[in-house]
Amino acid sequence: MKVQPLVHTKEKLEDLVLSCLTESKKQGATSAEATVNIEHGLSVTARLGEAETLEHHNDRGLGITIYMGQKKGSASTTNFEPSAIKDAVTAACKIASFTEEDECAGLADAELMATNMQDLDLDHPWGVSPEEALEIAIECENTARDVDKISNSEGASLTTSQGTTIYGNSHNFVGSYSSTRHNLSCVVIAEQDGNMQRDYWFATTRDPKNLESAASIGRKAAERTVSRLGARKISTQSTPVIFEANMARSLLSHFVSAVSGGSLYRNASFLIDHLDKQVFSDSITITEDPFIKGGFGSSSFDLEGVATKARTLVDNGVLKGYVLSSYSARKLAMQTTGNAGGVHNLELQAGKKSLDQLLKQMQKGLLITELIGHGVNTVTGDYSRGAVGYWVENGEIQYPVDEITIAGNLKDMYKKIVEVGNDVDRRSNIITPSLLIDEMMVAGS
Amino acid sequence: MHNPLELAKSSILDPSGLNESHLSQAFSTLLNSSADSGDIYFQMRKHEAWSLEDGIVKDASYNISQGVGIRAIKGEKSGFAYSDEILMPALLESCKAARAIARGNQEGQVQAWKANTGNQLYMPDNPLDSITEADKVNLLRSLDALARRQDDRIKQVMASIAGTHEIILVANSDGSMAADVRPLVRLNVSVIVENKGRLEQGSAGGGGRFGYDIFTQDNHAHSFVHEAVRMALLNLEAVEAPAGEMNVVLGPGWPGVLLHEAIGHGLEGDFTRKGTSAFSGRVGERVASKGVTVVDDGTLENRRGSLNIDDEGTTTQCTTLIEDGILKGFMQDKLNAKLSNTEPTGNGRRESYSHLPMPRMTNTYMLAGELDPGEILSSVDSGFYAVNFGGGQVDITSGKFVFNASEAYLIEKGKVTKPVKGATLIGDGPDVLTRVSMIGNDLELDRGVGTCGKEGQSVPVGVGQPTLRIDGITVGGTSQ
Repeated sequence: MKVQPLVHTKEKLEDLVLSCLTESKKQGATSAEATVNIEHGLSVTARLGEAETLEHHNDRGLGITIYMGQKKGSASTTNFEPSAIKDAVTAACKIASFTEEDECAGLADAELMATNMQDLDLDHPWGVSPEEALEIAIECENTARDVDKISNSEGASLTTSQGTTIYGNSHNFVGSYSSTRHNLSCVVIAEQDGNMQRDYWFATTRDPKNLESAASIGRKAAERTVSRLGARKISTQSTPVIFEANMARSLLSHFVSAVSGGSLYRNASFLIDHLDKQVFSDSITITEDPFIKGGFGSSSFDLEGVATKARTLVDNGVLKGYVLSSYSARKLAMQTTGNAGGVHNLELQAGKKSLDQLLKQMQKGLLITELIGHGVNTVTGDYSRGAVGYWVENGEIQYPVDEITIAGNLKDMYKKIVEVGNDVDRRSNIITPSLLIDEMMVAGS
Repeated sequence: MHNPLELAKSSILDPSGLNESHLSQAFSTLLNSSADSGDIYFQMRKHEAWSLEDGIVKDASYNISQGVGIRAIKGEKSGFAYSDEILMPALLESCKAARAIARGNQEGQVQAWKANTGNQLYMPDNPLDSITEADKVNLLRSLDALARRQDDRIKQVMASIAGTHEIILVANSDGSMAADVRPLVRLNVSVIVENKGRLEQGSAGGGGRFGYDIFTQDNHAHSFVHEAVRMALLNLEAVEAPAGEMNVVLGPGWPGVLLHEAIGHGLEGDFTRKGTSAFSGRVGERVASKGVTVVDDGTLENRRGSLNIDDEGTTTQCTTLIEDGILKGFMQDKLNAKLSNTEPTGNGRRESYSHLPMPRMTNTYMLAGELDPGEILSSVDSGFYAVNFGGGQVDITSGKFVFNASEAYLIEKGKVTKPVKGATLIGDGPDVLTRVSMIGNDLELDRGVGTCGKEGQSVPVGVGQPTLRIDGITVGGTSQ
């Protein structure tokens, strides 16, 4: 069984969206919007050199939102039979007969609908067979297990999937795109003096041609794991901290939460009323580009059909815009930014220094390579998370560190970013290099 | 008495024209390979959520999903496929895809079906129908009005209710068949307060396997409003949390998330079998102070983490994990129990038909000790008292875990003094329970809010504990 291209079903799915909108009108909705998603794929895991799991994925869903004047109701189903779709519309309409008038409710304005659908190079089905996928996973894990001190493994996994999304609304807008995602990851365990450590590495791409080699992923996973052996606590102190690119991403996602319309209109953000104010240190510029070829956040339209736009969100540290849907924009008396469903390739612009040069600049401090726990408060900006990494002195890594926390307030942390690396991590919709923050509180022994 | 198996058959199999002989046929296809065993899992799930903010019930959603997941097992290997079409051709297609993990041509079939009845811990009624739509709206509006009456610093009130009615039927190649009808509801209140430009949030919630009517009886839901408002106002007064290793007292109930993270995950049978857990191979060893007894109990009536049967059809039970400080056993699903030469413990759980089952917790808690909580607090000269938590996370291999205090105070000379901001606590799982020096007599379970994530799958769980004193754990505040 191979993963087949989905293109042939696209028209059928568009018809499904249209029939859903027609049914909504028939049942009395003043306007409606519908989304159909289908996704299929394959996932294999190899552990200790052998197949462990083989999973075939096959998912579909239809969501409908209807408006009765200013009242709203939503429903979804995994059943695409006409009777099930009719039932979903009926359920949404029934809900709208109980919800209350909301002056901000409704579709995005008709004139904002996307008209220029670009080919963003998102759809590259792999067609790899389960046997081939397993071979790749086994090679990845074997490379890792061949490294000295690697004693055990959680395995290597290869996942490949293709999905199609169709969105339509009663402005006569229908938009669709298909996209693929291929992921290869490896998690291994090293042991020394009765203590175990694990770490991982992964690659993810739209096009399988660009996927990092199995051997390279396995080697990096193993090297990172072995380098954690002998990790210890450090004493409680205030110190500079470098967030490795993969971890710096989380700092940006907290920023996105804080400038999202939903947090702003609810008074639930530490960045309320910060438009045109200094939010980051002046070395930070953050752009959004929905049209990056093969980007994980690339799209010509958002989840409301609104045309997306490239823009600068933070310019030399100054906040130039929010992340809004049409609903949150109306609540804030602003215009939607085409971000219903999230950001489209948010990129913190790279600096000139490599990670090694950042370590040199820091001289003494902490390099963070993993964060655990959820100790981030978007309302206040208070930040306190468990961390794993390395202690750095004289600009060089000295030894691994764990069982510590790092704490501060995001408002201060963003302004204390004193250097930006050039080691850009593109494995997500949020793209960032490593960041050096000149002071955080570390709690240890 | 109700019969969940009959209910599941009439809800899921009958509408698709399927019966036991179709299942036998599917197993013949699945086992026409070198597979040792396999199972077929049918699920039908109805879910709704109603939410209020800005004083109005703005939106609600109703979701219905159904499907069938098919697994073939050979040794340590699992093949898996699923379909959202509960029809014979899709079923057979999935059987062929799943059995690919175990190539071969043996003949296998199910001889006769025998039903496992399981526990009876909750009523099968659909909670979505437990009160009318109008009353759902009225409930949320009354919570909003009550909250806004409490204090004029309240800027925003968000309230929501959500309900799920799930019917599952699982058939195994050993001929066992079982079903469960699972209600689950949840209510949440969150308020934002502002004072002199400072914003703070407070939240509270609860639920379990019953109908919404529990919330409306005796104004039960009002307690969540009072709690959320209290938390938010308290946060306005909170000072910087301390940083460093100190003596900590944990309050009863939800702080039991400590047990879930510090030891619970590390005692799940997949990790222990593979040797990737810091607890692997340590049964019989001391992993906690004397007096510490921890259980995982799926059999508590109406609790969020309880199940009549697990998602493999095994009747749930109360499993002793730690007894008087000694590690007694692990939590198992069928696959890992077999590979570890032990018995399943009713902990085989999955998020849905589109996910593979694995060992998961149900309700995990520590039994009460004998001390008065006041006595425990007064024993601490200088320390940290945490009574409410957000979530937590653990690295089961290194054993390091965190949990995030959302309501905490300083202890000074045996007295609870200033409230402090939220902070992450971090410790070492195999070590932390050996630092428990005092155990309270006030065991409480949480109010029904826990969701546990593992390998991308979420399942509802419960936790609990009495007041505990822990000597030396790192508190991740900002003041030295």
